[in-house]
Amino acid sequence: MRRQEAREQAERKAMMAILAQAKADEIARLWSEAGLPSEAELLRGPETGLVTVRGRIGGGGAPFNVGEATVTRATVRLPSGQVGHSYALGRDKGKARLAAIADALWQEPAHREAVETGLVAPLRAALEEAREKRRVETAATKVDFFTMVRGED
Amino acid sequence: MYVAVKGGEAAIANAHRLLADRRRGDRSVPALRLDQIAEQLALGVDRVMSEGSLYDRELAALAVVQARGDMIEAIFLVRAYRTTLPRFGYTCPVDTGAMQVERRVSATYKDLPGGQVLGPTFDYTHRLLDPELAAGGDVEAPTERPAEAEAMPRVSSILAHEGLIEADGDMPLDHVPGDITREPLQFPMARDIRLQALSRGDEGFLLALGYSTQRGYARNHPFVGEIRIGEVELELDVPELPFAVPLGAIRVTECQMVNQFKGSAKAPPQFTRGYGLVFGQSERKAMAMALCDRALRASELGEDVVAAAQDEEFVISHSDNVQATGFVEHLKLPHYVDFQAELDLVRRMRAEYEARENENRAEDKREAAE
Repeated sequence: MRRQEAREQAERKAMMAILAQAKADEIARLWSEAGLPSEAELLRGPETGLVTVRGRIGGGGAPFNVGEATVTRATVRLPSGQVGHSYALGRDKGKARLAAIADALWQEPAHREAVETGLVAPLRAALEEAREKRRVETAATKVDFFTMVRGED
Repeated sequence: MYVAVKGGEAAIANAHRLLADRRRGDRSVPALRLDQIAEQLALGVDRVMSEGSLYDRELAALAVVQARGDMIEAIFLVRAYRTTLPRFGYTCPVDTGAMQVERRVSATYKDLPGGQVLGPTFDYTHRLLDPELAAGGDVEAPTERPAEAEAMPRVSSILAHEGLIEADGDMPLDHVPGDITREPLQFPMARDIRLQALSRGDEGFLLALGYSTQRGYARNHPFVGEIRIGEVELELDVPELPFAVPLGAIRVTECQMVNQFKGSAKAPPQFTRGYGLVFGQSERKAMAMALCDRALRASELGEDVVAAAQDEEFVISHSDNVQATGFVEHLKLPHYVDFQAELDLVRRMRAEYEARENENRAEDKREAAE
């Protein structure tokens, strides 16, 4: 039971990570294509605020504060009573609202599949494609060292 | 008696209207869009985010255009905006080892896991102005090369095994990271607070100080152990969720400076380190920050404090360009009353001086006559 709970939390977190990184217009487009319900009551926000980004001294030492970043969050309740949350960098309130509804829908067994296949899967594929493109472009700038023999001996 | 003087309202309003006009410039030239600035002046936007201490590309781009390209004014605008927002919390510390690397070089090891990856760098360009760019020609797509999935550990963690380099900077376990946005600066300060101040510090100021250490003012023989640029993911602990909520990714630049150290009463001979971490792509700033961080550790490492770059109060108190420009630029605001008072004082002193001179001259004459 506990293992299943942990797996479910990991999946939910992964879903939220995808939504946080996705572009607002992409979410909106897929939302209407998938025909997901968007009726929900806003319990909090959408509101924009700051988080203080922390790094570690030397990369792995004690934490220190680097600076702030804008974050927008929302909390919604579906007509069924299910509550959902969203957090994402930036100031897009429409995105925060939809992402919170997606989180609430995902937690309902009746909707999880639709959210995963209609929304999360295509967003994940697009993000991975962009990431892979950057990876291969970066890899082309990797230095291949070679040595040259100079002189007689 | 003090008489308040008012006026200038119309002049100020008209000046701001004129500013808006000059900012827009020639109307036959298309107006800049924010996405053009964010995409094509990306490193300028990064600087505004780093010194404005606010990661938000769109806002930084807006600040750049509103400030007519005046970076310090743009940074000022971003800092002012920050103060209007509530704070949700502190993120979990970013893991730069898990960065999606876009550039990574080391000047100390040629063959290191993950290799030397140049990325989009100005290095090795010939610094010749490009007329083709002025003509707005098409740009080739980047070359692609299949990438083997290879971990890129930080160089510091590779070197650590030999024990010849100090560990990442630790603090006592119960130490809560200080926050200069919440508490006033106090000297001496802990390294974590110094790093926060340096990360938002003025690039030019830190660059000059870093340069001064190379030229012999607090010499400490630096090597670039590693510079890496790329995106790291942010997570935030929130009460409503049972896990740290992912927020998305930000681009940062990290510099690990490795410095020779002959040892002191407090520490054995080893390589010591300076650390730089800044928002966006800015390796000059990250390197300068790392040089300053190392120089400012003089007392901790038992070195003599002999140069400006080692003087914590001097460096940290003057590294913030918003504070600096505020105090320097306030000099141009009306000081009419101050100056009147000074003028009166100088007049009085001058009268006394002349009276004294006259008296001396009269006395000299009298003595000569006698």
